[in-house]
Amino acid sequence: MAKIHVNTTINGAPTEFLCDANQTLLDVLRDNLGLTGSKEGCGSGDCGACSVMVNGRLVCSCLVLAPEAQGMKIETIEGMAEGDKLHPLQKKFVEMAALQCGICTPGFLIASKALLEKYPNPTEDEVRYWLAGNLCRCTGYDKIVTAVLDVAAEMRESAR
Amino acid sequence: MSEHRPNTEGKYKWIGTRPERPDGADKVTGRARFGADFSLPGQLIGKVLRSPHAHAVIKSIDTSKALALNGVKAVITAQDFPDQPNLIVPTGEMQVNMRDITRNIMAREKALYEGHPVAAVAAVSEAIAKQALSLIKVDYEVLPHVIDVAEAMKPDAPILHDHLLTEGANPPASKPSNIAKRIEFKKGDAKAGFAQAQVVIEKDYTTQAVHQGYIEPHATLASAAEDGQIQVWSTTQGHFQVRGFCARLLGLETSQIRVTPTEIGGGFGGKTVVYLEPLAMRLSQKSGKPVKMTMAREDVFRASGPAPGGNVKVKIGAMRDGRIVAAECIVEMQAGAFPGSPVGPACMCSFACYDIDNVYIEGFDVVSNRPKVAAYRAPGAPISAWAVESTLDILAQELDMDPIDLRLKNAAKEGTKTAYGVTFNTIGMVETLEAIRDSEHYKSPVKPGYGRGVAAGFWFNIGADSSAASHVGEDGSVTVISGNPDIGGSRASLALMAAEELGVDYNKVRPIIADTASIGFNFVTGGSRVTFATGLAVVNSVRDMIRELKVRAAKIWKIDPEAVIWEGGMAKPAGNQVGTFEPLSLADLAAQAGRTGGPINGHAQLNVTGAGPGFGVHCVDLKVDEDTGCVHVGRYTAAQDVGTAIHPSYVEGQLQGGAVQGIGWALNEEYIYNAKGKLDNPGFLDYRMPVASDLPKIETILVEVPNPQHPYGVRGVGEVPIIPPIAAVGNAVARATGVRMVDLPMSPPRLSEALDAARPMKMAAE
Ligand code: FES
Ligand code: FES
Repeated sequence: MAKIHVNTTINGAPTEFLCDANQTLLDVLRDNLGLTGSKEGCGSGDCGACSVMVNGRLVCSCLVLAPEAQGMKIETIEGMAEGDKLHPLQKKFVEMAALQCGICTPGFLIASKALLEKYPNPTEDEVRYWLAGNLCRCTGYDKIVTAVLDVAAEMRESAR
Repeated sequence: MSEHRPNTEGKYKWIGTRPERPDGADKVTGRARFGADFSLPGQLIGKVLRSPHAHAVIKSIDTSKALALNGVKAVITAQDFPDQPNLIVPTGEMQVNMRDITRNIMAREKALYEGHPVAAVAAVSEAIAKQALSLIKVDYEVLPHVIDVAEAMKPDAPILHDHLLTEGANPPASKPSNIAKRIEFKKGDAKAGFAQAQVVIEKDYTTQAVHQGYIEPHATLASAAEDGQIQVWSTTQGHFQVRGFCARLLGLETSQIRVTPTEIGGGFGGKTVVYLEPLAMRLSQKSGKPVKMTMAREDVFRASGPAPGGNVKVKIGAMRDGRIVAAECIVEMQAGAFPGSPVGPACMCSFACYDIDNVYIEGFDVVSNRPKVAAYRAPGAPISAWAVESTLDILAQELDMDPIDLRLKNAAKEGTKTAYGVTFNTIGMVETLEAIRDSEHYKSPVKPGYGRGVAAGFWFNIGADSSAASHVGEDGSVTVISGNPDIGGSRASLALMAAEELGVDYNKVRPIIADTASIGFNFVTGGSRVTFATGLAVVNSVRDMIRELKVRAAKIWKIDPEAVIWEGGMAKPAGNQVGTFEPLSLADLAAQAGRTGGPINGHAQLNVTGAGPGFGVHCVDLKVDEDTGCVHVGRYTAAQDVGTAIHPSYVEGQLQGGAVQGIGWALNEEYIYNAKGKLDNPGFLDYRMPVASDLPKIETILVEVPNPQHPYGVRGVGEVPIIPPIAAVGNAVARATGVRMVDLPMSPPRLSEALDAARPMKMAAE
């Protein structure tokens, strides 16, 4: 089967790759491009460990076929820090112990960033429902939700 | 609101603080490498062919077509592994038999559950590997199967193992059955106790198998060389166990295998056994290439360690004043396809929270056509606690007594002798009950429509074997090396103890987790042992290093090493009488190391005993939607005696995570088998674990009752939190609705059915 040639932008860098028609975006990110920060927890859209942004939309990359990425702008966890400066969410997650094993963390960070970009002033319930597509088995979500609310407050504060 | 009540206020500089974890940046940037993130040049992809049948004789396997496929480099079956003797070896808190392990990693005579591996291939791509699986022909003779424990115990049940005679049967077993073992614990005279009791409550409960649900599926990479050496990368709670099991399974020496633990994406006990590792190693040996294997989520559910379900009968006899005078508990527990359920700890923990004179406990370990169970956080204990703590709640209602007061009246204390024979040292059951009783949560009125439930739980915690090393770098910074995968922040707690001991800044200590060839043996990350036992090894290795540092300072000062003390990260003369010298820092001593005796290191190896048991008490407010049977958890508080909270945030995290796993166990999670013995819900969509929107904040109260047998008072904290939630939820449901649930999970369909059934009675009563 002939490979498909795809042109995309990943974390701001123009990126091209060859893939099979049935490969997922997650497979290509991990196996072809070496971007293993996005994780596979289920491969069926149920855990959110593979969360990435595609053209500004939060998606499960295990549910996107790689050829669909043609012409799209993709953001992954590897692009979240700027140089050696962690994103406020990344900093807060470490500071508040919002991760234990850390396998779910990239997905939660991408999803939380998407939330705060869209709704900078979420309630606790809104955070909980927004993050309901991301499974974490270690933390009971408590510290994750608190970290996101804290960052939201700080970002609002510094925007004033 | 979360509370931390340190007993050590002002005593420590680092212990009890909340610094950032050493691996934090790696884990929030995607840089941390987990099991499936490792690859090697030229690697093959390995895939497993699994039995579609719950129970079948494997008459023959024809792999020739698969082997002939272009791109397939190796195919293996059970024939590629030597058979193993009947030999019991420990894994975490559980025990396994080598004879069974080799049959679990690859079915031999029979396939014993749906998903049981029967063959594996390695090929140049995943697509070719999958195609190869479809070309393997297995000739099965399908046998009748049995899934349910009670069914499996019947005399006419399909028998899984023809050699299995019930151990501990009375009278001794004369023919094979599915009951692998019968155990018994006695204290006092239960019969006489019940005769004396003024109130006796008796009830039967059932629970279903649940999965640990770690988000990272099993994954491994193995690379075998022509000289017999094999390197393995594996996501595991115990890389030394991987080495030990695989050496046996492949007939190698442990020194031929070097296992590097990857970062681990959750385990909860489920990653203390081997599944893929021996297969990848054998495939690599046969193909001469590295082989990478990962499990799909479906395989994780079908073929990796669920925690068992079981049936529990509980009988409690008490006096009208609430004093319990007799207790009985009978547990029948699923082992999965091979013997070895955690029925032992389930029995031992059942009444361990209480001081009861007359106790009888009996347990049965039962095989059936399910995947072999693995440890899951306090293995077995949540099952017996659900039954015992529910029964206690009924007793409290019957006596019209506050459920905390009832428990306080009977609480175990220092000196209490358990039914399994141990007499408690310093424990914190009473303090933990009081912490809930005095909490703002418990004192607040229950909201209309809600019910409030409380329950307690106990776990032993373990010690076992640990090794550690400490090195001073040339510039005086410190590396601390241990051998337990960090599953929830243990690097931070080890570094905190090392910094405290050394008197240096936490950020000057770098904790490293070494592979099996780079540090001495360490038992698994499990049983809540790492901060306790490996922590002790780290402390001892640092002390060993300090001893050496003092020798070096003495050399420089030309005084007796005994006349040197270590204080605030410096060597100092013990007093003016030994002379006046400027204190020497780690950096000073490191700079002169070449002239004073070479590198400065410390080592420790221990078999750690003296683990301090832990007690937890949880309180939950919830309401039930009368139409749908859906439970809304409104408020939740978990209190626990945590010994000393080395890094309180990660201790809170253990309480919160365990509580939520328990809530999932109580409300939704279950293995559902169809009539053919196949799992109907092997995915996160149908096996529903709690998500953020299902939950409120999980408030925590860290009660510090230090373990006298650890220099910093550490008790394991990871196991206890999963024990109380199930009964706490059930008790709250009973108080919210008037309906007492005895079967898990209390899922919407089950609960609405129970509510419907109770309605006419309720109406009639009104
Ligand atoms: S891996 Fe994509 S949602 Fe789980
Ligand atoms: S931290 Fe382990 S799954 Fe979230």
